[in-house]
Amino acid sequence: MARHADTVENAVATPEKEQPFAALGLKPDEYARIREILGRRPTSGELAMYSVMWSEHCSYKSSKIYLRQFGQKVTPAMKEHLMVGMGENAGVVDIGEGWAVTFKVESHNHPSYIEPFQGAATGVGGIVRDIISMGARPVAVMDQLRFGAVDNPDTARVVHGVVGGISFYGNCLGLPNIGGETYFDSCYQGNPLVNALAVGVLRHEDLHLANASGVGNKVVLFGARTGGDGIGGASILASDSFDKTGPTKRPAVQVGDPFAEKVLIECCLELYRNELVEGIQDLGAAGISCATSELASNGDGGMFIELDNVLLRDPTLTAEEILMSESQERMMAVVRPEKLDAFMAVVNKWDVETSVLGEVTDTGRLIIHHGGEEIVNVDPRTVAIDGPVYERPVAYPSWIDALNADSARDLPRAANGEELKEQFLALVASPNLADKSYITDQYDYYVMGNTALAFPDDAGMIRVDEQSGLGFAIATDANGRYCQLDPYEGARLALAEAYRNVAVSGATPMAVTDCLNFGSPEDPEVMWQFSRAVEGLADACLEMEIPVTGGNVSFYNQTGTNAIHPTPVVGVLGVIDDVARRIPSAWQDEGHNLYLLGVTREELDGSAWANTVHKHLGGRPPECDLSREIELASLIRGASLESLIGSAHDLSDGGLAQALAESVVRFGIGARVWLNDIMERDAVDATNALFSESTGRVLVSVPREDDVKFLGLCEAREFPVLRIGVTDRSGAEAALEIQGEFTVPVSELRARSNATLPHYFA
Amino acid sequence: MRIGVITFPGSLDDRDALRAISLAGAEGVALWHGEHDLHGVDAIVLPGGFSYGDYLRCGAIASHSPIMAEVIDAAKKGMPVLGICNGFQMLVEAHLLPGGLIRNHHGHFIRRDQLLRVENNSTAWTSDFSANEEIVIPLKNGEGGYIANEETLKELEGEGRVVFRYLGVNPNGSLNDIAGISNAQGNVVGLMPHPEHAVEAGFGPNTDFRMRSGVDGLRFFTSVLEGVLA
Repeated sequence: MARHADTVENAVATPEKEQPFAALGLKPDEYARIREILGRRPTSGELAMYSVMWSEHCSYKSSKIYLRQFGQKVTPAMKEHLMVGMGENAGVVDIGEGWAVTFKVESHNHPSYIEPFQGAATGVGGIVRDIISMGARPVAVMDQLRFGAVDNPDTARVVHGVVGGISFYGNCLGLPNIGGETYFDSCYQGNPLVNALAVGVLRHEDLHLANASGVGNKVVLFGARTGGDGIGGASILASDSFDKTGPTKRPAVQVGDPFAEKVLIECCLELYRNELVEGIQDLGAAGISCATSELASNGDGGMFIELDNVLLRDPTLTAEEILMSESQERMMAVVRPEKLDAFMAVVNKWDVETSVLGEVTDTGRLIIHHGGEEIVNVDPRTVAIDGPVYERPVAYPSWIDALNADSARDLPRAANGEELKEQFLALVASPNLADKSYITDQYDYYVMGNTALAFPDDAGMIRVDEQSGLGFAIATDANGRYCQLDPYEGARLALAEAYRNVAVSGATPMAVTDCLNFGSPEDPEVMWQFSRAVEGLADACLEMEIPVTGGNVSFYNQTGTNAIHPTPVVGVLGVIDDVARRIPSAWQDEGHNLYLLGVTREELDGSAWANTVHKHLGGRPPECDLSREIELASLIRGASLESLIGSAHDLSDGGLAQALAESVVRFGIGARVWLNDIMERDAVDATNALFSESTGRVLVSVPREDDVKFLGLCEAREFPVLRIGVTDRSGAEAALEIQGEFTVPVSELRARSNATLPHYFA
Repeated sequence: MRIGVITFPGSLDDRDALRAISLAGAEGVALWHGEHDLHGVDAIVLPGGFSYGDYLRCGAIASHSPIMAEVIDAAKKGMPVLGICNGFQMLVEAHLLPGGLIRNHHGHFIRRDQLLRVENNSTAWTSDFSANEEIVIPLKNGEGGYIANEETLKELEGEGRVVFRYLGVNPNGSLNDIAGISNAQGNVVGLMPHPEHAVEAGFGPNTDFRMRSGVDGLRFFTSVLEGVLA
C-alpha cells in the first residue's frame, strides 16, 4: 500500500520541508506560485503533477502568447467547416456528407535521438491515441523526419532505429503510411526531428470530447497497465528526498506495444458505437496527472480518484511515479454508472484490462487518495490550464543580415550543357532529392484498402466514403533552410508548398496542423525565430483563409549553442468529392503535352542547387505570393473536374529539373523539354530555368485532345502558362531530353536516384 | 455463397477481405476468434495482420483460438480455407499446411507490388487463373521467408502444391521462391502476398498500364465462388 506517502495533512504540518522542485524542472518563482495557489506547500504528489503539467511540453508556457494568433487571426469563412478548433486533442473538420476528419502532427524528437526505435514507435502511438480520443477511427499516418548529415556515422544509427520503429508500430497497428518527409542536414545531427501525423475519420454524431461531466459518473482507466517507463524527472522523486527504498532510475523513454494499441482502437470504437462513454482522454505526456486534471478542468470541475485502483505492472511504484508514468496504450473514460456493466462487457470482449479509479464530483477539486490518505487536493484548472505564461526575451539574430546579404546570385553557373547535366545528376542523387523507397518500402500503405495516393505522390489521399468516393488529401512541408534565412517567409513558404501539394492532387485545401520545431526558447535569437515563424504562419493562414486546427511546439532542439534550423512543419488537409478524379504526380502516357504553370524568377538562394553544387546557404528565400497560390489551386481543381490533366507535379526543392526527373522515373515514360520559352519570357538563364525554386509553379501533362480546353481555362483565369515539352517514349529507349542542353536515359536517372539511400543505410 | 472472415485480436486486413468477397459477388460473414461457431459459411479466409502482436511466433497463439478447432475440422472435411500472410502463418502453425515462415532474409519489413506465377490453377482458390499465369499482388510482411525440410519441399514440388512462386524478385528469401502452397486436397491454400489488396481499380497495385489498377486478387474469390456453386 502507500509507501511513506506525503499526505495533504502532512504538507500542512510540515510547511518548511525542503522539496526538490528545481530538480523537477520548476523555477523558484513557479514553486512559490504553487505554494500560493494551495495556501501551503504541495505534497510530493501535487509537486509531481504541477512539475509535469507546467513543463514546457505540456503547458506551452513560452509559446502561448504567440500561439494565440492562430485563434485571433481568423475570418468567419475559416470557421465555417471547423467542428473543433485548437485546444482539444486534435482539430475536427467537416468534410461533408455527414463525415468529419480529425488530424494532428506532433513531435517525438528527443526520445527518438536517445532511443530511436522506441522513440519513433511511441511517437506514432501517441498521435494515434489523440485521434481515437476524438471519437474517430484512425485511417492514415505519415512522418516528417529530419536527420543529421547523411554521411555522419551516427546518422545511420538514428535512421535505422526511427524507420524501424515507425514501420514496426504503424504496420502492426494496421494504418496506411501515405506520405511524409525525409531530410538530411548537419544542423539536425544531435537533434533529429521525428514528427508524426495521424488522420482519423468519424461521422458527425460520433464526436467525443475530453471532459468529465455529470456528477457521480465513473472515471475509468483502461488499456495497458501502468509501469515505470517514461517517468523522466520522476527518477528524482525516487531519490533521497522522497524514498530511499523506492525503485531506482527508470528509462525516460516509453516502450510501445502496437498490439495493445490496435486492440484499444477497436475496443474504443465499439464503446463509441454503443454510446458507452461520456468523455474520453488519452494518456500521453504526464500520464494520469494530465488526464485527470484536463478531464476535470473541461467538465464539472471536480473529480475523486483512488490511486490504489490503478493496475500496475510494477507493484513497487510510488504514488508520485504512478501520477507521472507515461506508460503507453492507456485511455481514461468517463462512464455513466448505469452503463458501467455494458462498458465492462466490451472491454472484456477485447481482453483490455480496466479499473474504475473514481468519479466526477461537484467539489471543484481534484482529490486523489492513496493508501486511504489524501495525497492530492487541488483546483484542477491550476494544474491543467492556468500554468505559467512567459514572455521570453527576443533578439534579432546578430548573424542574419550577413547571411541574407550572401546571395547565391554570384555563385558560378554551368558553362555548358555537359556541366548542367552533371549538376542535374548530382541533384537527383543528393540525399534530400534521391528516391526514398529504401525507407518507404518498409511501410504498409495498402491496409484498409482506401489509399488512393501515397508516396511518391505530392500528397497522400484516402477514400472516406466507399459509396460516394468522398475523400481527403494531406501533405506536409517545411524547408528549414528557407526558415534559417527568414523564419517569417519560411513559415509562409511551408504553408504555400503544403497547400500546393494538396491542390495538385485535385483536392481543395481546408485546414492546417503544425509542428513547430525550434531550438531553446531561453535563447533570445531562437525566440525571435519562433515569434517570426508563428506570425508568418498565422498571417499566411489568414490570407489563404485556412484555419490552424491544432498542433504542437517542440523547443530545445539544440545541442550547446547549436540550434536546428527553425523547422515549422505545416500539414494541410484537403477534401475531394470523389477520389476517382485524383491526379498523380507523374504522367502515365506518351504523347501528352507538358505545361509549366507560373513564372520562373532568378531564385536560387537557399535552393537545393546552392546546397548540392556549392554547399551554400545564404540570401533571401523565394518570393511567396499567396493569392497566386490560391488561383493556382483553383485552376488545377477546375482542370481536374473536367478531367483535362493527366498529372500535376508541384515545383519545389530542385525546381523544374527535379520535377521532371521524378516524373520520368516514376512510370518510365520519357520527355522532350525545351527551356528557351521560359528563358525568354521570364528573362532567366538555363540554370534558373532548371533549378530556380520560384513558388507558385506546377508541371502538368495534358492529353492532346484536351489542349484547347486547358489553355482556355488558363487564359480565362489569366494564369501564366507555357508549353515546355511533350512526354516521349517509354521502355528501354526512354530518356529525358533537355533540348540544346543534354539528354539522360531514364534508366540512368533511376539508377542514380535509387542508389543514394541504400549506399548509406542498406 | 457465404465466405467467413475471422477477426483475431490484432487482425488488420479483415475488413479488406470482406470487401474483396463482396466485390467478387459473394456474401462476407464476419467471424470472431473467440466463438466455436462458423455460422454456416461455405468457405473461410484467415486474414492478414499481427494477431496477438506476433508474440511467441507469428500466428502461433491465434492457431489455438477457440474457432480454429472448427476451422481445422472443416478444412479436413474439404471446406475451402485461404490463409493470407498472418493467416498463412496460422495455417502452418495449425499444421494444415507444412513448413514454416521466418524473418525476411534482409531483416526488414517490406511492402511491394509483387509479380507471381500461378503454378497450380486447380486449387479451390485458383481455378479462375490460367496455368502459369503471371499476376501482380501486393506483398507486405516482416516474416515471410518460407522454409521446409528437403523432403517436404520435394513433396510440395512433386505434387504440384507450390501454388504461387515469386518472379523477378524473391522478396523475403523463401526457399524455391515459394510464395504460396496448398494441402494435398487443394482446398487449403496459404500465401504471403495479399490478394484482398488487388480487387478494386484505383486502390490496387500498379500495373504496366496504369497506377493502382491491378485487380488480379479478385479471382482468388471468384474461384472459390465458382467451385462451390459447381
